[in-house]
Amino acid sequence: MKPAPFTYVRPNDLQEAIAHLRASNGMAKVLAGGQSLVPLLNLRLTQPELIVDISRIAELSIIEEDENSLLIGACVSHAAFEDGIVPDVAGGLLQRVGAAIGYRAIRNLGTIGGSMAHADPAAEWPVLLVALDAVIGYRNPDGRQEVSASEFILGPFTTVLQDNEILADIRIARLSLSAKSGFYKTCRKSGEFADSLAVIVIDPERPLPRVVLGATNDRPLLLATTGNVVASLDAWSPAAEHAVREAVTADLETAFPSLDPYGGQIHRVTVVRAVREALSS
Amino acid sequence: MSQVKLTINGREVSTDVEPRLSLADFLRDHIGLTGTHLGCEHGVCGACTVLLNGKPVRSCISLTVSCENMEVRTIEGFDDDAVMAVLRNAFSEEHGVQCGFCTPGVLISARDIVTRLPNLPRQRLREELSGNLCRCTGYAGILRAIEVAMEELKIGGGAK
Repeated sequence: MKPAPFTYVRPNDLQEAIAHLRASNGMAKVLAGGQSLVPLLNLRLTQPELIVDISRIAELSIIEEDENSLLIGACVSHAAFEDGIVPDVAGGLLQRVGAAIGYRAIRNLGTIGGSMAHADPAAEWPVLLVALDAVIGYRNPDGRQEVSASEFILGPFTTVLQDNEILADIRIARLSLSAKSGFYKTCRKSGEFADSLAVIVIDPERPLPRVVLGATNDRPLLLATTGNVVASLDAWSPAAEHAVREAVTADLETAFPSLDPYGGQIHRVTVVRAVREALSS
Repeated sequence: MSQVKLTINGREVSTDVEPRLSLADFLRDHIGLTGTHLGCEHGVCGACTVLLNGKPVRSCISLTVSCENMEVRTIEGFDDDAVMAVLRNAFSEEHGVQCGFCTPGVLISARDIVTRLPNLPRQRLREELSGNLCRCTGYAGILRAIEVAMEELKIGGGAK
């Protein structure tokens, strides 16, 4: 349980960090909080030649709020959300989701950017950021690029980031005051990775409700049929529950035709509970 | 090898380490502070929990080199700590310890819980403590001990 040997650098700014990545020809890994990377190093599931520690780069710790949105650096910790240090432009969702990640000792070091760049299908931030339609900013030798959260993640543990690119910041547009939301995580033991995970955001000032499912074997999945059904509902009722259940089933059948009944049931219940929360509030 | 300078239980340490050396192995094998225990070595069991700049972290998934200029406090560093004294006593009285393997990590998490969240109900306490595995006590004694300590700290004027 000891990592294979590697070289370690702790650059002072993003430019220097990217230069290190470029020089390593794809044999480097970026270290932020390390709460996913270091376990993988310990298990030798990854054996990079170089670790580029970006955790002390000042511009990656920014927290900036204006009337329309919040801009947060990649290295802001989960605990900063949990403790309300980050202004919650999503009506409490940021704080709730931040607090639901792992354990406090993990949340003190783990970062939102690291979670997003790692793109574990069972992780919380990717699901939430897709639901909020957040914008991911990343840097490469040519400058700065932006992409929506849903385009950023290509699949399990796979993002658009190339070997010489670093996720720099995340912009979250403020939800309107009449927005409703729900979040539900299914897991056997509190703090562990989700068996299923759903976030729903209903904002009358945005086109359609966004219902996003995580902890599948794919990237965070936008449930389009369910979103349409939710758009037609005003409040929670037995009829609403039935309609949502049917819609989730349809979405799951389209996305995962060979999903086993247990997996289907876990995901269905998780989404229904998230929607119920949003429509009951 | 990388040069690293950090403070451990108030004492400044400056040395060369391999970049791959975890903080837990550094504390145990290089500094001789074997109170920090290693269970799973991938961040699940909580036995290796220490304070880094005052906050609990997993020392098994923290690299020593990345702790440059930081303050580490291990279970050996709480001799004069009033909150830990209350917790130690409560763990002894309420049977919060059996084999003792998880205890250093549990105590450091417990100290964080009672100072950060002083009025925690039982269910939330269980959740907060879910990052520390104990295979002996069944947790009942640990939960009682933390609750007794919380009460005592309230009467005594809270955490110092």
